[in-house]
Amino acid sequence: MSGEALEQVVREEWGRLVALLLARYRRLDLVEDALGDAVEAAARTWPADGVPDNPAGWLNRAASRRLLDRLRAEAMRQRRAPLLVTEAERGQERATAMADTGDLVEDDLLRLVLMCTHPALGAEAASALALRLVLGVSTYDVARLFLVSESTMAARITRAKKKIVAAGIPFAVPRADALPDRLDTVAQTAYLAFTAGYAPGSGPDLLRADLAGESIRLVRVVLAQRPTEPVLIALLALMLLQHSRRDARAGADGQLVLLADQDRTRWHRDDITEALGLLRSLGPARRMTPQGAAYVLQARIAAEHATVETASNTRWDRIVRHYDLLLQIAPTPAARVARAVALAEAQGPEAGLAALESVSVPGSHRPAAVRAELLVRAGRVDQARTAYEEALTLCRNETELSYLRRRLVDLSGPAHEVPGAAAPPGTSRRRRRSGGG
Amino acid sequence: MRRYLVLIAYEPWDWSSASEEVRATFFEQHGAFSAFVAEHGRELASAALDDTDTATTVRHIDGEVVVSDGPFAEAAEMIGGYYEVELPDLDTAIEAVQLLPPSYSLEIRPVIAIT
Repeated sequence: MSGEALEQVVREEWGRLVALLLARYRRLDLVEDALGDAVEAAARTWPADGVPDNPAGWLNRAASRRLLDRLRAEAMRQRRAPLLVTEAERGQERATAMADTGDLVEDDLLRLVLMCTHPALGAEAASALALRLVLGVSTYDVARLFLVSESTMAARITRAKKKIVAAGIPFAVPRADALPDRLDTVAQTAYLAFTAGYAPGSGPDLLRADLAGESIRLVRVVLAQRPTEPVLIALLALMLLQHSRRDARAGADGQLVLLADQDRTRWHRDDITEALGLLRSLGPARRMTPQGAAYVLQARIAAEHATVETASNTRWDRIVRHYDLLLQIAPTPAARVARAVALAEAQGPEAGLAALESVSVPGSHRPAAVRAELLVRAGRVDQARTAYEEALTLCRNETELSYLRRRLVDLSGPAHEVPGAAAPPGTSRRRRRSGGG
Repeated sequence: MRRYLVLIAYEPWDWSSASEEVRATFFEQHGAFSAFVAEHGRELASAALDDTDTATTVRHIDGEVVVSDGPFAEAAEMIGGYYEVELPDLDTAIEAVQLLPPSYSLEIRPVIAIT
């Protein structure tokens, strides 16, 4: 009982408590440990003493006491004891009153998010830090999300915290004219963590959708502070649409299931409904940053998939138009590849191949892999083989490597039939990589 | 208040052949930077440096002092000057350096106290 209560308060109040302690003591290097100690103390004492009336207030007081102990010890070492501790204790009195009435300063949470996602931090470090400090996701889980070891992630988070302190990254909300840019960075940071959860890993960690879901929570936290911010609304819609497919993305054998082959009854309708509502609430004429507009278009593309009963009903013509607009705002090579895939679906493989010409993504196997698939569908087997070989030399991911090797072997197999435009839908579908899967 | 060293880097160019207008713009932009810093903190030091082909590097290699011609690293951009300033935080420093000529790349380094 008390275990659940503790888990819940940690999950819901972690960021607020970090923000509150940080606002009061300005010691990023001490806050996390102090709060961790407070949670440990709660796990020890709540089962016997019962859950306190105000669990967050209890944790806040316990962490504050811990912090004050550390400050006092530091001050003793530096022989500057009286002044510092008195000041901190005065702060403590005020803060205790605040926490007990549940009157936490909401902006503190936004300050915390903006500090964690400051552009002066590396993008991945910022993502990790935000998950850790704002949501209380464990270092172990953050490491799983980004497919690195726990010690590597712990070092990365420590380095990021050190940079914040050393470089003087402020715990503050910037001026109104600077805020949209910063919220764009918040969105990028959250989306980076989300896509990391969908980057294929290996073994039991093939998909880490539960952790990807944490970045949705991060967007919700910020959106609660700035409920009308278009870039956050658009991003939440995009994430929900992609996340709605989480249970259909991995088959019984643990293999990735491509979009066209997914069992659509396993898509989460509640996520889709919420996302479509968010998209409608944005309206067409909203003033948006280019990044916000790019999220809207990507969300509309995902919505095209989410709103048809079967893959064969997909309105690829509309998807191509969305990509045309997206390329005007953000002409990335990845978007050009995705547009070529959509164009191949709408107008046939030769149109897709033409659109792929001169597209290259440095270090990525994807253009070559897509070209190979389209060449197979166009019946140009020899060229397809060359393209697969090119993709294999560039690909670094085990799951995708084994897929590409299988495809290359299929091409050389004696029972091979050239799947042309007239191949049964099931055949060609299983063999292609669809955009946004 | 925090102390920062702002390192100014740019691709080598010929200041002596710059037009009056170009020079005036540079002075204006440096003036705007200094005014901003004075308003939010203070400027402790600054200097413009001669080109990297006048630089000399001194290193200890295998116990020997090696003096060589040129800057630390060969790069397209060279360090051409610096400001040492005192400002409230990194955001203010980022805002300040945006007032300097846009042809610059700027590195903001916290200055630490050696104890």
